[in-house]
Amino acid sequence: MNFNATLIGQMITFGLLVLFTMKFVWPPIIRAMQERQKRIADGLASAERGVREQELAKAKASQLLKEAKQQAAEIVAQAHKRANEIIEQSKQEARTEGDRQLVAAKAEIEQEANRAREQLRSQVVSLAIAGASKVLKREVDEAANAAMLDDLVAEL
Amino acid sequence: MSETGHSATGYIIHHLTNLKVGEGFWTLHLDTMFFSIALGAFFLWLFMKAAKSATSDVPGPLQNLCEILVEFVDTQVKDSFHGHNPVIAPLALTIFVWVFLWNFMDLFPVDLLPSIAALFGIPYLRTVPSTDLNSTFGLSISVLLLLYYYSFKVKGPVHFTMEILTHPFGKWFMPFNLLLRIVEDLAKPISLGLRLFGNLYAGELIFILIALLPWWVQFVLGWPWAVFHILIITLQAFIFMVLTIVYLSMAHEDH
Repeated sequence: MNFNATLIGQMITFGLLVLFTMKFVWPPIIRAMQERQKRIADGLASAERGVREQELAKAKASQLLKEAKQQAAEIVAQAHKRANEIIEQSKQEARTEGDRQLVAAKAEIEQEANRAREQLRSQVVSLAIAGASKVLKREVDEAANAAMLDDLVAEL
Repeated sequence: MSETGHSATGYIIHHLTNLKVGEGFWTLHLDTMFFSIALGAFFLWLFMKAAKSATSDVPGPLQNLCEILVEFVDTQVKDSFHGHNPVIAPLALTIFVWVFLWNFMDLFPVDLLPSIAALFGIPYLRTVPSTDLNSTFGLSISVLLLLYYYSFKVKGPVHFTMEILTHPFGKWFMPFNLLLRIVEDLAKPISLGLRLFGNLYAGELIFILIALLPWWVQFVLGWPWAVFHILIITLQAFIFMVLTIVYLSMAHEDH
């Protein structure tokens, strides 16, 4: 159990081992570990970002939905209003048209009545004349009676 | 048991003898060198394989294992070492894994590898590099050298000399400060090296003693000791690494 050249041999071996470890072993392993660490950190960060973006998108979507619903409700309300207007307008037109036709019909009826009355009057005159001429037979002075008949006609 | 192990003492001594070449100081423990280099190569092979195919995608099992170790060491370094030095973390990783692998050899049955080696005509084989003082002190002295290198580099020669002479008792106690510093700096590698060596040497010795028992009771002691040893070998590797980081961080800090 003496110190001898083995000591120096071991020191040289140790030195070489350390040198090799420093050059070829340590850097690649530590680099791979750091890279992985970075990738994991990046992955976690992007996952978190994704979650946040999803939440944002959700909020936006619900906002849009709300707006769309509101617009739809407005459109429906407007349509209702327009429909009511159209109905109202149509009713109005129908009423006016009806009135107009009624007036026209009344006027026509009046006209017809007048005409019939006129006709009737003239027929009555000729009938009266015929009746009178038959009653009086020949003693009738047409000229003398004419004035009296005209008075009669005016009375009718 | 091998041929010299007919007596208990002979068996133990046989297990504590290194395979050597050379004379005097220039003796080389072939078994220690072989196993530590083989384990170091295994460490590099494993980690370089992981490093080559390292991806930031889903990692495979090997990459996972290496990443766990790298992250563990990196956390330790970041906790104790405040400064920027690209050497410290790979250094700590090397120490942790290498020392752990050294210690792990202790969990092989004590007679397994020496018996196999005996078949090839190798008379002695100590399989655990950390039960060789040369290994543990090789590491701890390397750490001391790094400590001085960085102290010198970071603080500069003037500042560093001032620190040695005037810390901790001010400039009027220069010789005393110097003496204290020498003791302090000697204590670092000695405690580092001896702690690792002592734990593993004692552990191995107990495994050898258990191996001397009749075969049918060995597991009664051997199994709990091996389980306990799983903790010891990890803990010792961890302590060595953490103290290295702490010492080197002290070298980088101004008092």
